[in-house]
Amino acid sequence: MSDQTLLARARTVRYTTIVLALLAILTVSAVRIVTGADRLTTPGTLRQALIAACPILLAGLGGLWAERAGIVNIGLEGQMLLGTWGAAFFAYHHGPVAGILGAAAMGLLGGLLHAVATVTFGVDHIISGVALNIIGLGAVGFLAKSFFDGLPGGGPRNLSGYGTPPTITIPGVSDGARSVAEQHWFLVSDVAAAVAAVTTNLSVLTILVIVLVVVTAWVLWRTPFGLRLRSCGENPQAAETLGVNVYLYKYVAVLISGGFAGLGGAYLTMVSSSSFTVGQTGGRGYIGLAAMIFGNWRPGGVLTGSLMFGYADGLSLLPDNGPLVHALLLLVAVFLLAYAVLKFRAEEVRTAVVVAIIALGALVWYFTTTRVPTAFTGMTPYVITLFVLSVASQRLRMPAADGKPYRRGSAG
Amino acid sequence: MTIEVELTGIGKRFPGVIANHDVSLHIRPGTVHALIGENGAGKSTLMKILYGVQPADDGTISVDGSVRTFASPTDAIEVGIGMVFQHFMLADNLTVLENIVLGAEKLHGIGDRARARIREISARFGFGLDPDVLVERLGVADRQRVEILKVLYRGAKLIILDEPTAVLVPQEVDALFANLRELVADGCSVLFISHKLDEVLAIADDITVMRRGTTVGTADPRTATKHELAELMVGSELPSPETSERTVTDEVVLALDGVTVLDDLGRERLSDVTLAVHRGEVVGIAGVEGNGQTELVEVVMGMLRAAGGTITLDGNDITRLSTRGVRELGVGFVPEDRHRHGLVLDFPLWENRILGHQTKPPVVKGPLLNPAGARADARRIVEEFDVRTPGVTTSARALSGGNQQKFIVGREMSGDPILLVAAHPTRGVDVGAQAAIWDHVRAARREGLGVLLVSADLDELIGLSDRIEVVLRGRLTGTFDPSQVTAQDLGAAMTGGSAA
Amino acid sequence: MKRLVYAIAPPVVAVVFALAATCVVIAISGGSVGAFLSTIFSVPNDRILVNIVNQSSLLAISGFAAAIGFRMGLFNIGVEGQYIVASCAAAFFGGSGLVPGPLNILATLVVAVLAGAAYASIAGILKVTRGVSEVISAIMLNYIALTMAGYLVQRYGVKAGYTYATKDLPLSSQPLGFAILPGANDVWALTIVAAAVAVGYWFLLSRTRFGFDLRTTGESPTAALASGIGVKKMVVISMALSGGVAGLVWMPAYFGSVHRFGVPENFQAGLGFAGLAVALLGRNRVPGIILGAVLFAYLAGQSNELQRDGIAKQVVDITQGVVVLAVVVAYEIVRRRQSRVEREQVSEELAATGAAAPSGEGAR
Repeated sequence: MSDQTLLARARTVRYTTIVLALLAILTVSAVRIVTGADRLTTPGTLRQALIAACPILLAGLGGLWAERAGIVNIGLEGQMLLGTWGAAFFAYHHGPVAGILGAAAMGLLGGLLHAVATVTFGVDHIISGVALNIIGLGAVGFLAKSFFDGLPGGGPRNLSGYGTPPTITIPGVSDGARSVAEQHWFLVSDVAAAVAAVTTNLSVLTILVIVLVVVTAWVLWRTPFGLRLRSCGENPQAAETLGVNVYLYKYVAVLISGGFAGLGGAYLTMVSSSSFTVGQTGGRGYIGLAAMIFGNWRPGGVLTGSLMFGYADGLSLLPDNGPLVHALLLLVAVFLLAYAVLKFRAEEVRTAVVVAIIALGALVWYFTTTRVPTAFTGMTPYVITLFVLSVASQRLRMPAADGKPYRRGSAG
Repeated sequence: MTIEVELTGIGKRFPGVIANHDVSLHIRPGTVHALIGENGAGKSTLMKILYGVQPADDGTISVDGSVRTFASPTDAIEVGIGMVFQHFMLADNLTVLENIVLGAEKLHGIGDRARARIREISARFGFGLDPDVLVERLGVADRQRVEILKVLYRGAKLIILDEPTAVLVPQEVDALFANLRELVADGCSVLFISHKLDEVLAIADDITVMRRGTTVGTADPRTATKHELAELMVGSELPSPETSERTVTDEVVLALDGVTVLDDLGRERLSDVTLAVHRGEVVGIAGVEGNGQTELVEVVMGMLRAAGGTITLDGNDITRLSTRGVRELGVGFVPEDRHRHGLVLDFPLWENRILGHQTKPPVVKGPLLNPAGARADARRIVEEFDVRTPGVTTSARALSGGNQQKFIVGREMSGDPILLVAAHPTRGVDVGAQAAIWDHVRAARREGLGVLLVSADLDELIGLSDRIEVVLRGRLTGTFDPSQVTAQDLGAAMTGGSAA
Repeated sequence: MKRLVYAIAPPVVAVVFALAATCVVIAISGGSVGAFLSTIFSVPNDRILVNIVNQSSLLAISGFAAAIGFRMGLFNIGVEGQYIVASCAAAFFGGSGLVPGPLNILATLVVAVLAGAAYASIAGILKVTRGVSEVISAIMLNYIALTMAGYLVQRYGVKAGYTYATKDLPLSSQPLGFAILPGANDVWALTIVAAAVAVGYWFLLSRTRFGFDLRTTGESPTAALASGIGVKKMVVISMALSGGVAGLVWMPAYFGSVHRFGVPENFQAGLGFAGLAVALLGRNRVPGIILGAVLFAYLAGQSNELQRDGIAKQVVDITQGVVVLAVVVAYEIVRRRQSRVEREQVSEELAATGAAAPSGEGAR
């Protein structure tokens, strides 16, 4: 009986997710038709969004690994920066595969520093992370000057001319979907655009990123290793009484976290762009952290958050995007209103009213203007995260012992 | 599938303290063995030795006839001994299944085999646990079952339960006992640690009593009475109260009227408490810990809000007043946990003199601190209360517990308070300091101070109080005159027996 | 004496360790360690000396802002965003010339403080009312601040070269600097703000009831509660206070030489994070923060000369980052050592007095 209820519950969750996703696509499509901003969902826009989303996703997953083991990793930004340099350096001299591995290794190195400080020495996680970001930025600037200056294609702060991972285009599907997308039909074209985006010039690194999401979810939730790792983030004292070597798992988690962030750096220098510059991350480590929080410390959530933030990020890179962002305003207003209705039905009237007021504000803004400053799209991830944190903080469930100091032998 | 455990002559010393000496205990297969004793009788230490958390200094543990030594809990688990701590070791955000299989993944994996095994155990003993529910959704009783299941899953045949009923309501206690009977019927043994006599008599097959670090006797639950057990637990000789003049007046300092306090889950922690403390009177609150004493103290101090009722101090309604407001009206407060609430350990003594008195001269001048005044007054306390310290610039951390406590008591009696709220004022304090603190309280009482004294120390309660109120499950259940009370009466009232 | 060693040893060891680590990095990348050390330890010329003094003042203010948070047990990582917002607001206000002459300086400083305090309060209020970690919200607010400031300057500012900036500060409101070294630039007039903040910080924390409450809350929230301190109120107030001081961070530079605000050209970013490092290095104590600020300014000043040796000047960022990490590790080691020594002392005393009260629970 309990088996069936469980199955039923799982099915309901999956069903709800699908329905929600469908509704979201419907809304987007409807908004596109209403506003006439067709470029909201062209294959090019969606491709841009996907490319923007991947580094955020990698950083977010990195954050997820560390925080699931109870270590807050604010140093993602620094580890990502190290990754950008590692990717450029190794790809330049030894090819793209070495570049990817080198980036992961550099990130890992950053992770190791963080692990030594936080796990072995019990340093405050935030302090260590901030220091790591300072070191990362300095190190990348220094290393670029020392190793890239004077190379062909190199300069004191940049490098280009290295190999990047290959891309894949699925011939028939890509063209077909593209031509459907160009019809700008309701719903159909939007879906086709998405299909075209993932079948045209898709980098193998992007595929790797998606694989890593699945691997992360599987390892953390379906293996004894993952269970032990998560137990260190939930209640390390209990884990210790049951014979789990908490230090070891925390170390492994933070190293993997750094490696993922490093890969995020590689993505920036090898897929998002084909050249390296100092400070290329531009705060994406922090956005990754934001995506992780938005995603409630779950791989699927991190994916959703990253795609959303990536979309905003990608949009801000498009030329002449004023009208697009303006259209986005309507979208946001619709989503917020829907959320307000949900909250109202859940009898959280105060929250509902606040959200509804914000939604109305967005609507008024939409109808009284014709374009929105580009600067505001760049801000979206931060505003959304702040909004989610303050409205739904009781819904969010971070690992219970996240960020708390732990010392061996403190149990019993 | 049974186990027989025998402890002989167990001894354990800590620096300056003998925690256990000559403890002997025989747990028969397939029985519930109750270990009873007051707080501080040495039960916890004994359990930790049996579970391999700490090594014993003397004596032997034999399991099924052969002598064993446990270097760690893992060794104990291996021979079939499992323990359920009073403070649950569970991760809220993990499922029941995950909590149970953690660290024992090799047994049945973490998937369907483990799930089936958990279902099987759960069904066999009537636990009714769903393996896939998050632990945070479970109530206290279910969490306890998860802990027991965790132990059973690892194949334990002897289950140590540390005060398992302390956190349960009566119906839950009945359910737990039903579970335990199932376990015993299946051949398991249970070591049941408690100080609630009703419960012990209801469930135990054998009873062993501990007092002051040693086993003082065994009893047969079929023939023993609560009075006999209480006497064994507390000791027959009670201290005779100080023959001092009564200083109690008619003037009420503190009055609680129908005060009720709820916890986060909406359970009543204090129910309809009505109590008065008069000038020159020490009212002692007796009770087994966790029955509402902490809440009583915090609600008076304004650290908790009463859900119902009123509290009046010297005619002022303080029910909704802030802690600072309450203190400004002349209330001294000796908190239960001096390290967490009484002192800032890294501050020097003179700054600790200011703590809790931030708005009262001589330690402040308006919005400014008055370091000179604070130093001078800290020095006064050091002298009057015989605090052993190199000086008032020494950090509070450097002082011994007794001296820290004397300083706190001295501070809280500064500025002529009208009421002193003291929770366990001499806990963990050496005999000399204890006597000194008692003398100071008595002296202040003569000056007209009212004292609300919460203590687990019967010597202290009987020696200091003018009246003893017993608190049980958040209610005041009995009033005693310390000069006439007997250990049996007090023990019975505290443990839910027939009240006077 | 022992105490002094405990206080001074960690930062000294950390600095030495960080320099050593930097040397290793330089050696690995094929640079000359000797050149690095000789340049870093050379006597700075007048121009650099003035720069060091000026930069020290900015770093010190930022350090004090962070330290107010730290003393309260709050991690105000938002100093960065707060001083961006404040600098932007102040520059708009100062440039508008609404208040004439020298009085404008004072008015602008007030605007900066208020803007920083208001922005910091957002994080404080979210923490108290919605339980949002001040670290996370402040990180988000930092980026929002940067974007908003950029937008506002572009929208309401004036063209300055290739980019936009706020209107220039009227000449009548530009204070004269201190011409201490002839031939070099002036030391900024408002470096005295740093001195004022230092004195204010010391006075507030060591001499006032409010400061006592703040420190108590930071050291032990439980003891604070029992002593009658309203912890939630303290969180909001001290966050605002920290933000108010953060608002002043860039003001010496604004009045001293820049006279306008625009990102990134007419602004110096990153001081907020550096301030956190300075506060950590200086253990939130006045002399420590000042020394830390001078050290960071010194490293940054000397780093410009490193270019001459073919070493990238960013290498000192590595030094700075490692110093922070090393110093917190060193303090932690000292703390553990001290508490172990103390525990041993206590148990020795107990054994000596021989108070053998049998008590299981009491013995843990």
